Amino acid sequence: MSKSFPSGTVALRDASFHVAKGEFVFLTGHSGAGKSTVLRLIYAEHLPTKGRVHVSGFSTDKLKRREISRLRRRLGIVFQDFRLLEDRSAEKNVAFALEVTGAKRSVIVPKVMRVLAQVGLTAKARNFPSELSGGELQRVAIARALVNDPFVLLADEPTGNLDERASRGVFRLIRDINANGTAVVMATHNLDLVREGGYRTIELEQGAIVFDSAVDEQVAS
Amino acid sequence: MIQPLTNRWQAENRMNHAIREALLVFRRWPALSVLSVTTIAFALFVASLYSLVVINLHRTLQSIEERVEIVVYLLRGTPVEVATVAVREIEAFPEVASALYVTAAEALRRAQAELVEFQGIFSEFETNPLPASLEVRLRPGFRGSDAVRTVAERLRAYNFAEDVQYGGEWVAKLDRLRNIGGIVGLLIGGAFAMASIIIIGTTIRMAVMQRAPEIAIMRLVGATDGFIRRPFLVEGCIKGALGGAAALGLCYAAFAAINAFLFQAQFFTTAQSALLVGVGTALGLLASATSVRKHLHRV
Repeated sequence: MSKSFPSGTVALRDASFHVAKGEFVFLTGHSGAGKSTVLRLIYAEHLPTKGRVHVSGFSTDKLKRREISRLRRRLGIVFQDFRLLEDRSAEKNVAFALEVTGAKRSVIVPKVMRVLAQVGLTAKARNFPSELSGGELQRVAIARALVNDPFVLLADEPTGNLDERASRGVFRLIRDINANGTAVVMATHNLDLVREGGYRTIELEQGAIVFDSAVDEQVAS
Repeated sequence: MIQPLTNRWQAENRMNHAIREALLVFRRWPALSVLSVTTIAFALFVASLYSLVVINLHRTLQSIEERVEIVVYLLRGTPVEVATVAVREIEAFPEVASALYVTAAEALRRAQAELVEFQGIFSEFETNPLPASLEVRLRPGFRGSDAVRTVAERLRAYNFAEDVQYGGEWVAKLDRLRNIGGIVGLLIGGAFAMASIIIIGTTIRMAVMQRAPEIAIMRLVGATDGFIRRPFLVEGCIKGALGGAAALGLCYAAFAAINAFLFQAQFFTTAQSALLVGVGTALGLLASATSVRKHLHRV
C-alpha cells in the first residue's frame, strides 16, 4: 500500500506486510517515517492511494463509509494523547465505546467493570481524567479499546507521554492483552521496549519498510 | 417475532440515548448552552417583533379596508319597493357583503346626530334636502380599486341612481399602500428571516465545533454517523424550542410595554405563538443537521 496526500507528501510507499491472528508487531522508525499512517490505514482514518488494506474481512478497496464504524468496533485503538472525554469519569469513558454499539445497560455495566479490573483501575472508576496520572489515563484508554473484545489492538505511541515506570506498566498490560489472544500492532519510539518484548519488528524509513524481523528470520532459516 | 422486537428495542434505545445525551449537554456546558439559547432567542425575537408589527399593520389596514363603501344616491321619488328589490339584487353580487337602504329621513337623523355643530341649520330646513341612498359594503378581496370601480359602474347602471360615490382616490391610495407594504414587508421580513437563520446556524455550528474532539472519539470507537448525529439533532430542537419560547416571552414583554405606554396593539394568536416556537425548533433542527453533516464529512 502507498499513501500520498494532495499536498504531494508521500507518507507511505509500497509497504506490504501481514499480521497473523494473535501476533504482536512493533512498528518503529523516526518521526514522520510512516508508523502512524500505517495504523490510520488499518482503522480506515485514511484510505491508501495505491494498494489495499485487508482487516478481518474488510478491504479498503470495497469499504463503504457506513462500514467504517463496523470495522472500528472490531478494533481497539490507543493513542499517545489518550483521547478521553474530559467531562466523563473513567467508567463512562469506557462505557461510551459500548454505548455506540447500542449495547444494553445490563451488558455495559459488568463489561466495563471487568475491563477496568483487567487494567487495574477498579478503584478509580469514578475518577475524571483530570484526576488521573498519565499511566492511569492510558489504562483507561486501553480499557476502552478492550471493552468491545477487539481482535487487534492498535497502539500509536502508547507510552510516548509516560515516564519510564508508567511506560513499563502500560507495556506489561499490552503484553498481557496479547497473551490472551488479541493481536497487537504497536508504533513506538521506545527501543528499550522493543528489545525487551522480543516481538516481530517492522522498521519504517521515509514511508518505506526497511526492516521486517519476520522476513529476516525466514531468510535466516 | 424476536427480530422486530429487538429492532424496536434498539430504536428506542438509540432515541433514549440521543435524548439523554442532548439533555446532558445542558449540564456539561451550561454557559455555552445558555449562550446558544439566548442568541437564538434574540435572533427570533427581532424577526418575530417585526412579524408582530406587520400583523398589527395588516390588521389596521384591514380595518381601514372594511370602511370601503359604495354609496348610491337615489333620485328623489324612487319608490321604497324599487329600492328594496334593488337591495336584494345587489346583495346577490359576488363582490357584495351587504347592501343597506337608507331612507332620506334616516340620512337626516344621522346627519343631525353626527354634525351637532350644524344643528341650527338642519332645523331651518322645511323639507329634507338629503336623498335616500344604498350603502354597499364589499367582501374582503373585493376592496381593491379595480373591484370597487367595477361594482360602482354596475350600480351606476340602475336608472334610479342619481350619483355613485366610493372615494376612488383614497381606495387607490389604499391599494398602493397595500402593495408597497407587501413588497417592503416581504423584503425586510426576508432579510430578518435570513439573518435569524444565519445567526442560529452559526450558533449551532459553534456548539458542534466545540464538541469536535468528542465527535472524533465517537468515530474512533465505531459510532455510526446516525448515532453521532441524533443527539445533536435533539439538542438543536431543544435549543430552538427554548429560543423560540424565550423570543415569544420577549415579544410579549415588548407588546405589554407598547400597550401600556404607546397604543393598543394585538398580540400573536395561540396558533401564531405555537408557530414561532415551531419555527425555532425547526431552525434548530435544520441548523444542527447541516452543521453535523458538514462536520462528519470532514472527519
